[in-house]
Amino acid sequence: MSLVSTLTSRIGRLLPIYAVLYVAFLYLPILLLPLFSFNDSKVLGFPLTGFTTKWYGSLAEQTALFDALKNSLIVAILSAIVATSLGTLISRAIAKYRYPMRRVSHTIVMVPLVMPEIIIAISLLILFLGIGLGTTLFTVILAHSLLTIPFCVSIMTSAFGQFDDSLEEAAIDLGEGTWGALRRVTLPVVAPGIISCLLISFTVSFDEFILAFFLSGNSPTLPVYIWSQVRFPAKLPNVIALGSLLILVSVLFLLVAEHFRRRSARLTTKSE
Amino acid sequence: MDTPIAVNIADVSKSFGQFEAVKNVDLQLKQGEFFSLLGPSGCGKSTLLRMIAGFEDPTEGSITIDGREMKGIEANHRPTNMVFQSYAIFPHLNVEENIVFGLARSGLNKGEKRAKANEMLEKVGLAGLGRRGAHELSGGQRQRVALARALVLEPKVLLLDEPMSALDKKLREQMQMELRALQRSVGITFLMVTHDQHEAMTISDRCGVMFGGKLAQVDAPEILYQAPRTKQVADFIGGMNFIEGQIGAHEGGSLEIDLPVFGKVSVDEHGVSERAGAPITIGLRPERIHVEKNRPEGADVFAEAEVVDRAFYGETIHYYLALNGRKDPIIASITNFERREHFEIGEKVWSGFRGAAAVALPQD
Repeated sequence: MSLVSTLTSRIGRLLPIYAVLYVAFLYLPILLLPLFSFNDSKVLGFPLTGFTTKWYGSLAEQTALFDALKNSLIVAILSAIVATSLGTLISRAIAKYRYPMRRVSHTIVMVPLVMPEIIIAISLLILFLGIGLGTTLFTVILAHSLLTIPFCVSIMTSAFGQFDDSLEEAAIDLGEGTWGALRRVTLPVVAPGIISCLLISFTVSFDEFILAFFLSGNSPTLPVYIWSQVRFPAKLPNVIALGSLLILVSVLFLLVAEHFRRRSARLTTKSE
Repeated sequence: MDTPIAVNIADVSKSFGQFEAVKNVDLQLKQGEFFSLLGPSGCGKSTLLRMIAGFEDPTEGSITIDGREMKGIEANHRPTNMVFQSYAIFPHLNVEENIVFGLARSGLNKGEKRAKANEMLEKVGLAGLGRRGAHELSGGQRQRVALARALVLEPKVLLLDEPMSALDKKLREQMQMELRALQRSVGITFLMVTHDQHEAMTISDRCGVMFGGKLAQVDAPEILYQAPRTKQVADFIGGMNFIEGQIGAHEGGSLEIDLPVFGKVSVDEHGVSERAGAPITIGLRPERIHVEKNRPEGADVFAEAEVVDRAFYGETIHYYLALNGRKDPIIASITNFERREHFEIGEKVWSGFRGAAAVALPQD
C-alpha cells in the first residue's frame, strides 16, 4: 500500500510539469505564426531580422484574397444559419418527443463528427457531380451544413435537456398558441444556445479546408486560397500575416460563443 | 346548497395505454371554494388537474366549467389558469413582464397593463419588485409571481399543482395561510393538488381524497378526519389505530361491536350495513385514547396495558401501548398540559376510550 501511495504522490508532483509541456506543445507552434508575421524577412526561420508590419499592409492589395474572403463569409454565414435552424429543430424533437428510432436518428445526425472528412468530401463530390449540381459555393454550403449540424445538435440538446417543459405549458395556459409559446418563451429562453450555435458553426465552416477544397470549384474559400498561395515562397509572409488575423478572429468568436453557451446553461436550468 | 357550480366533472376517466390513471370520477366544485385533491403520488390527482386545465383529454366523461362543456377547447382558450409545481417563471422576463404575459391579447395598453401588474403585485405582497429579474427571486417570491401571473387573468378556476412542494417547512406554513387569505380576497375558485394532508386540511373548504385513480371521499376537512368512510382514507389522514372486531348487533343507528381485549362497545353505525357476526374494523384516533394510572372514569371500555415505547413531540407525547392478545401496540397521543402525569417505559397503565370516539369502517 505505502509503495503505491508513494509512487502516486510522486507522479502527482510531476503532473503540473506534464500539463505545461502539453499546452506548450499544442499552442507554441500556433504562436510562431504571429511572431513570423512581424518579421522583416521572406524566410520563415530564426534568427528574426527585424520588426515590420508591411506584410499586413500589402494584404490589402491582393484582390483574389478578398474574393476568397467574400466566398468564405457567404459560405460560413449561410451554412451557419442552415445548420443552426436544422440543429435546433432536431434537438427539440429529440428532447421533447418519444418516437420510434429516436436514438438511431440522434446517432445518424452526429455521425459526420467522427467520419473522416476526406471520405465525406469524396462521397459528396461524386453525389453532386452525379446529380448535376457541379461544384459551386452552394455545394460547399450544403457540405458545411452537414458538418456543423452535429455541433449545433450537441449544444441545443443540452439547452433543451435543461429546458423546463412547464414553461411552454405555462405560456399556453396563459393564452398563447403553440407558435406563440415557441416565439415568446421557448426561443428566447434558448436564444443564448442558438447564438452559440451560429458562432461555432460559422467558425468551423470559415476554417474548413478539405470539403471546400473538393467542392468549391472555381470559387475558392479563404483556406483553399491560402493553400494555393503556400506554393509561392514570395507570397508566404502575406499568408502568414493573414493566418495570424484568422487565428485572432477565430479565438474571439469562440470566446463569444462560450459566453453565450454559459448564459444558456444559466437561463434554462430548471428551477429547484 | 345554492352556491353555483364552477366546475362539473362527470364520470371522467383517463387511460394512458393500458394504465388507467383516473377512473370514473364525479366531482362538483362550488363557486368560490378552496378545494384540495389529496392523495399519494400516482393516484391520478395531477392527471385530473391537467384534464381540467386542458393539457390532457379525458378518455371518457365530460368536464364543464361555468356551465360550458370543455370538450375540444384548447388549454389556451379555457377559463382556467395554473400555478405549476416548478412555478414556470419565464427566466428571460422580469417580474412585471411575467405577470402581464397573458394580457398580450387583452387589448390593454402599456399603462393599463402596468397598473394591473402593480395591483396584482400589491395583492401577493411583492409591491415594488416589478423590475426584479426572474433569477433574482427566492422560492416564496417565485410562487407569488406565479400566483399573480395566473390571477391577473381573472380565471373562473385557479389550478394549483403541488404549489408548496418547493418551499421549506417554515415558509410553507406561512404561504399556506397567505394563500388562504388571497383566495378569500379574490373570491376565485381554487383547486389545489397536494400529497400533504396537513396542507390540504389547513387551507381547504373541502378535500377530495384519491387512491388509484378513484375518488374515495369528498368532504370538509373536519369530517374527513373524524368520519373517514374507508380504512384507506382513515389511514392516509392523520394517525389512526385500527382494531378488528365483530358486529354484535344493529340497534337504532348504532352498532354493538365485540372487540378483543376491550369487550363490547357501542359505535355510530356510519353507513355500515353488514349483518351481525360479520368482521369489522374500528378506527380510533391516538388523541381519543385515554391513558391513566388507574382505571379511567370517562371511558366506555378499558383494558390494562403496558407502555412499550414513548415519543416526545413537545405539545404531545405518544405512548405505544401493548395490550394482552394484540400483536401491534396501539398508539395514544396525550397532550402535554401542566401537571399531566407521565409514564415510563415498562409501566403498567390503563387505556380506554368512549364508543362515540371510534369510527366503524366497512371491510375494504
